[in-house]
Amino acid sequence: MADTGNDLVSGATRARGALGSLAFALSTAVPGIRSAAIEGGELVVRTTRDRLIGLMTLLRDDPRYACEQMMDLCGVDFPERAERFDIVYNLLSVSRNHRIRVIVTADETSPVPSVHLLWAAATWWERECYDMFGVLFSGQPDLRRILTDYGFEGHPLRKDFPLTGYVEVRYDEDRRQVVYEPVKLTQDFRNFDFESPWEGILTLPGDEKAHETRQGLKLPR
Amino acid sequence: MSDIVLHKDIPETLLPADAAAGAETRTVEIDSHALNFGPQHPSAHGVLRLVLEMEGEVVARAIPHIGLLHRGTEKLIEYKTYPKALPYFDRLDYVSPMCEEQAFALATEKLLGIDIPDRAKWIRVMFAELTRILNHILNLTSFGLDCGALTPALWGYEEREKLIEFYEAASGARFHANYFRPGGVARDLPAGLEERIGEWARQFPKWIDDLEGLLTNNRIWKQRTVGIGVFTTEQALSWGFSGPCLRASGVPWDLRRAQPYDNYDKVEFNIPVTRQGDCYDRYLIRVAEMRESVRIVEQCLARMRPGPIKIQDHKITPPPRREMKRSMEALIHHFKLFTEGYHVPPGATYTAVESPKGEFGVYLVADGSNRPYRCKIRPTGFAHLQAIDEMSRRHMLADAVAIIGSLDLVFGEIDR
Repeated sequence: MADTGNDLVSGATRARGALGSLAFALSTAVPGIRSAAIEGGELVVRTTRDRLIGLMTLLRDDPRYACEQMMDLCGVDFPERAERFDIVYNLLSVSRNHRIRVIVTADETSPVPSVHLLWAAATWWERECYDMFGVLFSGQPDLRRILTDYGFEGHPLRKDFPLTGYVEVRYDEDRRQVVYEPVKLTQDFRNFDFESPWEGILTLPGDEKAHETRQGLKLPR
Repeated sequence: MSDIVLHKDIPETLLPADAAAGAETRTVEIDSHALNFGPQHPSAHGVLRLVLEMEGEVVARAIPHIGLLHRGTEKLIEYKTYPKALPYFDRLDYVSPMCEEQAFALATEKLLGIDIPDRAKWIRVMFAELTRILNHILNLTSFGLDCGALTPALWGYEEREKLIEFYEAASGARFHANYFRPGGVARDLPAGLEERIGEWARQFPKWIDDLEGLLTNNRIWKQRTVGIGVFTTEQALSWGFSGPCLRASGVPWDLRRAQPYDNYDKVEFNIPVTRQGDCYDRYLIRVAEMRESVRIVEQCLARMRPGPIKIQDHKITPPPRREMKRSMEALIHHFKLFTEGYHVPPGATYTAVESPKGEFGVYLVADGSNRPYRCKIRPTGFAHLQAIDEMSRRHMLADAVAIIGSLDLVFGEIDR
């Protein structure tokens, strides 16, 4: 178990405390782990979809990890990546008092194995993730939408889904029913960009001469 | 109606054993039928639509339909700066607003890498505990209301009103406080508020005694709750329970003790735990927690010292209004803070607090800009409501109402 020269392992060994040793044990002893490291004081384990069930079973049943509870499952969308979704599992061990975060990646078509047989609570979280991101979970018998409207189309938390959505509802007095209509904005949707054009620029446009003088590149006449 | 009772009209169960042996047997089929419970039913605690498959009066299956109050909070937060995202948390669990704010403030502070002043921590702990009492009063009394006890609700609203006035005095708003900000709290407590809270904390245990006098040993209350909706330790863990519902099932787990935040490591309090895991135990836990919360409030008042209530880095917290009138720099800070906000360095954190209902978590992903890249809210009631099918199976319809009351569901939080 000496330092193998692997960046991830050495990163884990540098972290102190019980979490660090957990990360070390995970990254060296468990197959199929992409990385296990302390990120911002929290133990984060990255793995692949086909190894997920094996890892989760280990984390739940091994007394060193003993994660009796799955507190949260959520998706994160990175549209520029090949596998755009991160599926994040936040596990909690009430007997050993630690949290472990497991992250797998997925895209729109590749299903993530469901963990509802390990933790009964997973069903609704997986339904929510499917609803919000369109991530598929294989082996999940109840993969229906949960939070959005009956008959909703699209996956609202994807980054390419507009904030205003596509349809709006109102009560139609003549037809005496609630009707769906395309969204009409009375004012254009405003999305302010706070990326400052000046940030990182040392030489301001039109200010080249003064800047050079300030930097001592050119002596003032 | 004749006085003659025919043999075939007498139900088998009422016949003597020897008579039943000779009688012809009849098979009575009870159609299973579906019952729509809510979303406008008062004991659905908001907008729960529960489709109950009934066999007679027995619940065979309970299918919750949620999302009727879905407002897309997580999506909205992705389009708001960090200071503007905070008020959304008040509107999640509108019964315990400040505890939700605390989760987001702690997560942001963790990513920013800042530590807040001591007085701010004491104020936060104190108001988090006042919020816990606020929440438990509403839950317990409306739980009583669901089971036919009207008086606790009448008494409870008076006590809640006092607490809401403390909210108003501190933050200016009765419910949507927007008081716990990343970097501290919005403003210092007004003069005299500490004494008023101290005075209230002295007389409040008497109210808890009164409440217990109405319910704890009440025969009807116990008939409605004891042995109803029993959840074992294994079930509670597997279904992701937390807070009072988990402790009622015998797990001594409290984030305030296990993973303390703010100043919870400096106060003394007990964690009530019971073993039965039924509705009555969940009630007992909440009552006991209110007493512990009063203790914590008293300790906060005793140990609170004057001092700054937010960090002095005006890139993150706004400068005092007085300074803004004179200092150009303060004016620039104020303007930048309320338009652009602050940039949070890239990273991710899952930060959870012990909200009155249980573990309330925020998974915050920052990408270095002034807006969260992703803010996942882990609502407590979501996990609790999911288990209602398992919990209410083979119970009577009226027991399902008691179970919903004991789980402490608020749909602002579940639907987000």
